[in-house]
Amino acid sequence: MADNQKKHDPAKKAPKIQAVSRMKEIMTNYYIDAKTAREQGKKVAWITSGGPVEPLIAMDVIPVYPENHGAMIGASKMGAQLCEKAEEMGYSRDLCSYARADIADSVEKTGPIGGLPEPDMLVCCNNICGTVLKWYETAARYFNVPLFILDTPFVHREFSDSARKYVLSQIYEYIGFLETHCGTKMDYDRMEEVGRLSVEGTGLWQAVLDTCAHRPAPMTAFDAFFHLALIVTLRGTQTAVDYYRQLHDELNQRIANGVSMVPDEKYRLLWDNLPVWYKTRWLSEKFAAHDAALVADTYTSAWSGMLPDMNGQTFLEAMAETYTKVYINISIDMMFDIVANMIEKYHVDGMVMHSNRSCKPYSLGQYDLRQMIMDRLGVPTLIIEADMVDERAFSESQIDTRIDAFMETLKS
Amino acid sequence: MTPAERFRSVWRDPAGYGRSVKQETGRSILGFFCSYAPVELIYAAGILPLRLFGTRGEISLADTHLQSYCCSLVRGGLEDALKGNLDFLDGAVFPHTCDSIQRLSDIWRLNAGFAHHFDAVLPVKLNTQSARQYMIDVLSGFCRELETAFGKQIRDADINAAICAYNQIRKQLKAVYALRSQKPGLFEPSAVHWIMTAAMVMEPAAFLRDITAFLDQIGSSAGDAPQTGRKRLMLAGGICTHPDVYDLLARAGADVVWDDLCTGARYFEGTIAEDAKDPLAAVADRYLSRSVCPAKHADITARGRHLVDAAREQGVDGVVFLQLKFCDPHAFDYPYLKQFLDSAQIPSLLIEIEDQPPPGEQLLTRLETFVDML
Repeated sequence: MADNQKKHDPAKKAPKIQAVSRMKEIMTNYYIDAKTAREQGKKVAWITSGGPVEPLIAMDVIPVYPENHGAMIGASKMGAQLCEKAEEMGYSRDLCSYARADIADSVEKTGPIGGLPEPDMLVCCNNICGTVLKWYETAARYFNVPLFILDTPFVHREFSDSARKYVLSQIYEYIGFLETHCGTKMDYDRMEEVGRLSVEGTGLWQAVLDTCAHRPAPMTAFDAFFHLALIVTLRGTQTAVDYYRQLHDELNQRIANGVSMVPDEKYRLLWDNLPVWYKTRWLSEKFAAHDAALVADTYTSAWSGMLPDMNGQTFLEAMAETYTKVYINISIDMMFDIVANMIEKYHVDGMVMHSNRSCKPYSLGQYDLRQMIMDRLGVPTLIIEADMVDERAFSESQIDTRIDAFMETLKS
Repeated sequence: MTPAERFRSVWRDPAGYGRSVKQETGRSILGFFCSYAPVELIYAAGILPLRLFGTRGEISLADTHLQSYCCSLVRGGLEDALKGNLDFLDGAVFPHTCDSIQRLSDIWRLNAGFAHHFDAVLPVKLNTQSARQYMIDVLSGFCRELETAFGKQIRDADINAAICAYNQIRKQLKAVYALRSQKPGLFEPSAVHWIMTAAMVMEPAAFLRDITAFLDQIGSSAGDAPQTGRKRLMLAGGICTHPDVYDLLARAGADVVWDDLCTGARYFEGTIAEDAKDPLAAVADRYLSRSVCPAKHADITARGRHLVDAAREQGVDGVVFLQLKFCDPHAFDYPYLKQFLDSAQIPSLLIEIEDQPPPGEQLLTRLETFVDML
C-alpha cells in the first residue's frame, strides 16, 4: 500500500443506506414469487436486461432475468466454477461469462438460488448485444419453449424511419406472441398504466443517480450497482416506484445531514462498463482508500436513459425509439456525447474503464472513447482489464498497482 | 496467366489486385467483410465490391484501438486500413454482422480516413414479414446513399444486370464444388480456396470469364482423374484464414470435399430471381432464404440440420470445425452443431484458429489422429 494511501478505518465508515434491507426483502419476495409461479398458475418469461418488460408486467407474466442471475453468480464468487462447467459442455472460454455461468447453471442448478425458475417463454431484445441472441437460442433449444426476438437495429449515426417502423411493428408482434402463449388478450389500459409506472420509476431512478451530482456524493456507483436490481427486474410496478422514492428521500436526507459514502471524498470518478461483480467490495475500498468516490457510471444510468420522450405518443410507440437508442446500441461518437455530459454533470475528475472480456459491444471502442475523453475533455482515464463474472480474468496485484499509479497522477 | 494461376495470384495478394484495378481503370472500389454485403447493388452502381479478409502480417497499429480479445479478422482488417494497405479503396460498407464488426465500423469510420463509409444495418431476424420489409427498406436506403456518394443513378435495370452476373458466378462456383466433391483428385488441396477468394475480390465479369474457362479445361480432364480412396471431409465455420489446413489435411490422408463456410458454400447458396419487378425484394429474399449466418436469427435448429444434411449429401466421413478465436456467434453454436453431428454419427474435430496459425506439425498430428480414426 502506498504511503499516502489510508488504512481502511471502519470507524470512519459512512452509515449504511437503510433502504438496503427493504431492497433485499423485495428481491427475496420476487424470487420466491418467480420460483413458485407454477403453483400460482402464472407464466414465467426469461427476458434480457435491456428488453421491454412492461408488456410482461401488463400480462401478469413473471419476468426473470438471466443477466441478473449472472450478476448474482458473480457476486457469490461462483462464476469461475460455473464457467468451467460450461467450457466442459463445449462453450469457449472466450464467450460471455453471464451466458456461460447461466447455461451451466440451467443444467447443474448449483448456483446461488439453485437455478432460475424454468421459462415458459423467452423474450430477447438485442439492443444490448448479439450475445443474448445466441444465449436465448441456446435456452430455447434446451427448454424447448417459444422465443421472441425484438430486433433493435444498431444506431451508427441515426435512428432511421425504417428502423422505427420495424421496431414498432415488432412491439405489436411481441404483444401477439404474449397473447398466444398466455391465452389472454392484452388489456391496453393496463398496458398504459404499466407504462406510466415504468416512466415514473425510471425517472426516480435517474433522480437517485442524480443525488451523486452533490459534492460529496451520498452514495457511489458501487451502491448504484446494488440498487439497480429493481429498475431492471420490476420496472413498471408500483413496488419499484415506491422503493426508489424511499431511496431518493433517504439519499436527500444524507445530503442534508452532510453524510457522504466516501468519508473524505476528494476525487470524483466515472465508471464505465459492467461491474466486476466478485470484486465490488475490494474495488470500493481500494478507491475509498484514495479518497476517491465513483460518483456515476455508464452502466446503471443506461436504464434511466430508457426514459422515453413521450411527445404525445402512447407508451408502446415511445418504446420503439427508447429501447433502440440505449447506451450500448449507439456508436462510439454518440456514446462520447453521453459520457461528456456525465463528466460535466457529476463534476468528474477521472474515468475508470472496465475492459470487460465478456462484453464486446461495451468494451470494443473503449480505447477510442478514452482517447476522445482525454483529447477533448482533458480527463485522465484508466483502463483495467477484467471480466464481470469469471474471476480467473482478474489479476488483483496488477490492477492494484495500476489504480495506485492512476490515483497518483490524479493527485499530482 | 492461366485462370488457375490468376486465382492463386489474387488470393496471394488481393490488395495488389485491387490496386491494379484502380490504377488501370480508375474505378471506385468498396471493401466489405461480410457475405450480407449487398454486392449486387454495389456492382449495379458501377463500383467494384472487394471482400476484405484481414491482414496476414503482424498486428501493431490496430492494438491501440482494439483489445486482444477481439478476433483476428476485425483486428487484421483494421490493421490493413490503418497501415495504408487498402489505399485503393474508396471506402467500405458494413452490413450489420456481429458485436465486433459493429464496433469495427465505428472505429473504421473515425480513424481509417476513407472518403466514403456505409452502414447497412440489416435486420438480425430473418424470419418475419416485418424483417423482410425492413431489409428491403435498408437496401433501398443503401442504394440512395450510393447514388448520393458516387453521383450515379442506380436503375432497376442495373440491379437486374448485376443480379444476373452474380447468379452466373454462383452457378459456376456451385459447379466447381460439385466437381470437387465428385473428383477431389482433380484439384490441388487449396485450389478451391483460391477460387473462392478470387470470386470475392475480382471484377465479376473478369472472374466469370476465368472461372468458365477453368471449368471447361478441368471438366475435359475429369474423366482421367483417379479415385483417391481417401477420406472425405467437410469444413465448417466462418472464414478460413488458415488455408494451410487444406494441405495438412491432404498430408493427413483426407480431401476437403465440401464446406459450410461464409467464404465457401454459404457464399454461393441461393439464386436471386432475375428480371424481378422489385429487384431489391429479390435480393432480400435470397438473404432471407439461404442458410443462415450464426450472427443472424432464423430457425433455431436450421444450422444443425443444414450441416447434417450437407454432410450426408456429400457423403463425408467427418467434419472439421475451423473456429476463429473470439468469434462469438460461431462459438455459441458449436456445442449444438456438434451434438447434431454426434446424433447423426458423423465424427467431428474442433480446431481453434488464432492470429497466428498453430504450429504445423502439432496441427498435422491432430488432423492425422482424427483422419485415422474415421
